[in-house]
Amino acid sequence: MNQMPALLSIITFLPLLGAILLLFVNKNSHAVARGIALGVSLIVFLVSIPLITGFQNNAEFQFVELVPWITAGPFQMNYHVGIDGISLWLVILTTFIMPIAILSTWTAVEEKVKEYMICLLLLEVGMIGAFIALDLFLFYIFWEVMLIPMYFIIGIWGGKNKLYAAMKFFIYTMVGSLLMLVALIALYFKAGGGDFNLLKFYQLSLDPGTQTWMFLAFALAFAIKVPMFPLHTWLPDAHTEAPTAGSVILAAVLLKMGTYGFVRFAMPLFPLATAQFTPLIATLSVIGIIYAALVAMVQEDVKKLVAYSSVAHLGFVMLGVFAINQQGIAGGMLQMLNHGVSTGALFLIVGFIYERRHTRLITDFGGLSKQMPVFATIFMIVTLSSIGLPGTNGFVGEFLVLIGSFESSIRWYSVIATSGVILSAVYMLWMFQRVMFGELSNPKNQVLKDLNAREVAIMLPLLVLIFFMGVYPRPFIDKMTPSIENLVQHVKTKQAAANQPVAQSVPAQAVQAAPVPLPQAATPAEVK
Amino acid sequence: MFEYVWLIPLFPLIGVVINGLFGKSIKNEKIIGGIGSLMVFGSFLVACSILFRLLSLPSEERLYELNVFTWIQSGTFKADIGFLIDPLSALMIMVVTGVGFLIHLYSIGYMHGEEGFYRYFTYLNLFTFSMLLLVLGNNLLLMFVGWEGVGLCSYLLIGYYFHKKSAGDAGKKAFVMNRVGDFGFLLGVFTLFWFLGQNYNIWTINFVELSKASHLLPVGGIVTIITLCFFLGATGKSAQIPLYTWLPDAMEGPTPVSALIHAATMVTAGVYMIGRMNFIFIKAPETMLVIACIGAATAIFAATIGTAQNDIKRVLAYSTVSQLGFMFLAMGVGAFAAGVFHLMTHAFFKACLFLGSGSVIHSMHHALHHAHSHDDPQDMRHMGGLKSKMPITFITFLVSTIAIAGIPGFSGFFSKDEILWQAFANPYHGSLNYVLWGIGAVAAGFTAFYMFRLVFMTFFGECRITPKAKDHLHESPFVITLPLMVLGFLAVVGGYVGIPKVIGEVFGGIPNLFEHYLEPVFRISEEFAKEHVQVTAHHSAALEWGLMGTSVLIAVVGISIAYALYIVSPSIPAKFTAAFPGLHRAVYNKWYIDELYDLLFVNPCKALGRFLWKGFDVVIVDGIVNGVAKVTMGFSGVLRHVQSGFVHNYALTMALGMVVIVGFYLFR
Repeated sequence: MNQMPALLSIITFLPLLGAILLLFVNKNSHAVARGIALGVSLIVFLVSIPLITGFQNNAEFQFVELVPWITAGPFQMNYHVGIDGISLWLVILTTFIMPIAILSTWTAVEEKVKEYMICLLLLEVGMIGAFIALDLFLFYIFWEVMLIPMYFIIGIWGGKNKLYAAMKFFIYTMVGSLLMLVALIALYFKAGGGDFNLLKFYQLSLDPGTQTWMFLAFALAFAIKVPMFPLHTWLPDAHTEAPTAGSVILAAVLLKMGTYGFVRFAMPLFPLATAQFTPLIATLSVIGIIYAALVAMVQEDVKKLVAYSSVAHLGFVMLGVFAINQQGIAGGMLQMLNHGVSTGALFLIVGFIYERRHTRLITDFGGLSKQMPVFATIFMIVTLSSIGLPGTNGFVGEFLVLIGSFESSIRWYSVIATSGVILSAVYMLWMFQRVMFGELSNPKNQVLKDLNAREVAIMLPLLVLIFFMGVYPRPFIDKMTPSIENLVQHVKTKQAAANQPVAQSVPAQAVQAAPVPLPQAATPAEVK
Repeated sequence: MFEYVWLIPLFPLIGVVINGLFGKSIKNEKIIGGIGSLMVFGSFLVACSILFRLLSLPSEERLYELNVFTWIQSGTFKADIGFLIDPLSALMIMVVTGVGFLIHLYSIGYMHGEEGFYRYFTYLNLFTFSMLLLVLGNNLLLMFVGWEGVGLCSYLLIGYYFHKKSAGDAGKKAFVMNRVGDFGFLLGVFTLFWFLGQNYNIWTINFVELSKASHLLPVGGIVTIITLCFFLGATGKSAQIPLYTWLPDAMEGPTPVSALIHAATMVTAGVYMIGRMNFIFIKAPETMLVIACIGAATAIFAATIGTAQNDIKRVLAYSTVSQLGFMFLAMGVGAFAAGVFHLMTHAFFKACLFLGSGSVIHSMHHALHHAHSHDDPQDMRHMGGLKSKMPITFITFLVSTIAIAGIPGFSGFFSKDEILWQAFANPYHGSLNYVLWGIGAVAAGFTAFYMFRLVFMTFFGECRITPKAKDHLHESPFVITLPLMVLGFLAVVGGYVGIPKVIGEVFGGIPNLFEHYLEPVFRISEEFAKEHVQVTAHHSAALEWGLMGTSVLIAVVGISIAYALYIVSPSIPAKFTAAFPGLHRAVYNKWYIDELYDLLFVNPCKALGRFLWKGFDVVIVDGIVNGVAKVTMGFSGVLRHVQSGFVHNYALTMALGMVVIVGFYLFR
């Protein structure tokens, strides 16, 4: 293995270094602050590329670092990080989106630029850290680290109702975090003390009652973050009030914390409760898909519309993940990345027109295609990616989610969710039509300038990814397959073991006795 | 030769890239249009050589698959980017590239001077690319890529004149209704994939593998559900009841687009799809019945609407819906070859009709423009007497009209008659056959009527355009008339490859070459039908002749009525309208189906969305949250005496919480 040691730590803490560096920058040298932030985030992205090239296609955690950290009485916390196929792409997504988000703020934010950049970089530390943490306590710390800069980004650099939105974001998240903390500590004691090693917790065989409560606590924290219906109302407000970069990061990365939390923590830690709550989660996911689509349809504000579309997209992710099979989870994971790319791009697009017109109301636009052809083309491609047109990234994820959930116990939910493909076309195309098509009647729109070089440069990598992930998603899927396989096996084995009362006390035997859920013999290659 | 099949979709894709990225800076229409057309012509040449190679092989060897790379692989699911060549796909690529090339050529003339000329050719090439993927894909998912791709291009081209609200609306409507169909298509894929995998451990979406596994499928039951799902997809794409309303609106797009996408190729995708999966559909007798009934109903329903429209393109649009109904009728009675045959002949004569109408509109537009008149150039009430002004357009239009009306000797006769005969004589639907035949025959009569009404109103009689404009009417340029002549020629002779057996016997036993050619594709269905379907009645050749005579007679009656109403005494239609105002209004307004859909689906969805947003999100969920917030604020107001600021407050709460919990666990 040619895996560079400490690479993960370097990636995680480089932004922190950048933030510290920014402290010494003159308050008024905005260009310097922007340059440093962009430079640092670009370096972080470049440094994170060896993660892909060095990653071995197996289920093991890789690039692992384990250093004892805090020892306080019975509490033993370690700095334990590592990535597998599931977290790999989320880390890459984060490092990839950050330079784009920072570049998008170039002219949008003119006040307290230095502080803004510090917040963004700190945010990156928290996000990457949360994705790579293999120690529950470490995860919790990064989780919190991530929330505070976001709160400031909305509350300080936000729009008219920024305080309300920030407060809402804060309350929702705090409730979730606290519950998770409760469960985390309870879990720790159930495991008999020692350290907070996640992999150790995986091996626990908790009784169903405990699992239920702990699952609920974790799930609530994650469900708020996703956000799942009916805990989604903070999102439209947070998105509309947040500055463009904030929205992009919030959509592209922060929401993935919730879905990632389910995959990494809630499901493998509490497999019995997972089985128990699958119908509930699937129901909420499906409601989310339909509900958010209907609400998105009647939005008057473009940004709010995109925010609601996020809720629908994340519903697909959750549905796929809770199919608990290879296609479903792979689809869910892909959809997380796709959503990061497409919705991130949509928020950037909204940012472009907002910067020009200082309004986001759909009725203020119309006929922009004539005035801004390059923008129109890019917007169209991103819209199509968002509604999951084959050939773009959105399709592959959505399709795998649906076929995965169709094959699992939540088949009927999958059927209803499939109707979401109609609604997504309705609200996106209707919005596109009203903004871009029609007469260019508003005189303010008749003088709009098309995208400049910087803006095109921001969008270009996203467009490339939209097509690349749509036409050749293999590298993404192949790298995550073993880890998903492992996860599915783990959850199914535990569930099967619990269904065999005798074997329950002897997990080792249960592992062998349990039927392997995926029909391995039936890979398409062999059918041929 | 077969291994070069990937060139066929590649050429138009190259056209997309060149014109899409550089078209704007090329500016020269001849180069842009030339590139677009040449690319399709290149595909046409490859398609020709593939067809010849295929024909040189014995019929059982006419199958070739080429997998280029694996697109998606996850667990048991695998989808390739791969192509399938068999008689059916070879025929389809010929139609798509052949007719497609002619329409590209025509577009150079028709779209001359339009803003966004390069954009038009980019979309048109993208459409050709997608359509070729649809017909060449060797698995359901790649077919779906093409399926959605053509839908996208349809959307983009309908909305080509995007500054017009009606164009944007029509494009969106087409896309959304197609998506309703896609919902069915996807569910079909899921159910089929899951059912075969779960029960027989065959996890595949590859057509060849599916056909090999099709003997495992039960008759009826789950297969009925699967096929109904797929058929829903077909109703969307091919504009059948209940999802047909987008097609007439799609006439907002440029006329060549209507010819290519909304007549010759894309809308026939549903027919092609059923043909491709005939071995599954044959196992679902209920679905077959549904398809036959929907097909027949659409055929007559759309034909009635066609009789009352005054917009030349709208008449043709309803005619297309109606003719597609005939094709589905054929598929539903198990006459797959006949359905595909009609698909081909229809591609010839309907493309010719649309392009001919385009030629007329083009000329009218110029004439009205010169006369500074704001009359609608598409309204037939302003036309009349054009035959002397536009002789080539007139002749080609006339032969195509004769072909669609089903007059013996022209292509449409052979294919339509085959469908009607099969509707009557098929062994599947019992006594319902007579109804199906009856509806089909009457619909054919309506077809003859409205088509000749169109011809009479447009080309015959007095010229109703302003005299000033009249002088500016002229025949279209060669680049427009050439495709018309080629297609007109095909509309006449295209049917002779599939002469029905009963006629062939008269002429010394000419075989039905077309049916024979497609035999390998439908072999599994044929064998299944032979084994499992009891043939209850044997029909004599005399009966077939009799029915043929009847349907021809009905067509002649239709033409005669049109002649009587629009040539002999043109005052009658107005009197008729005056006598039955309600009926006329209902037909003219397309039986108010659009209004019904708005009432049933569109408005409730919007209202529900508004309610959920303003009612549920804002009042209930946020109400609770804000309530909690108020309580928290009150609480923190107390705490503020000790600490100040949010983050501190937050940290304190965290710490307090931790203490409480840890304490609970330690001391319980």
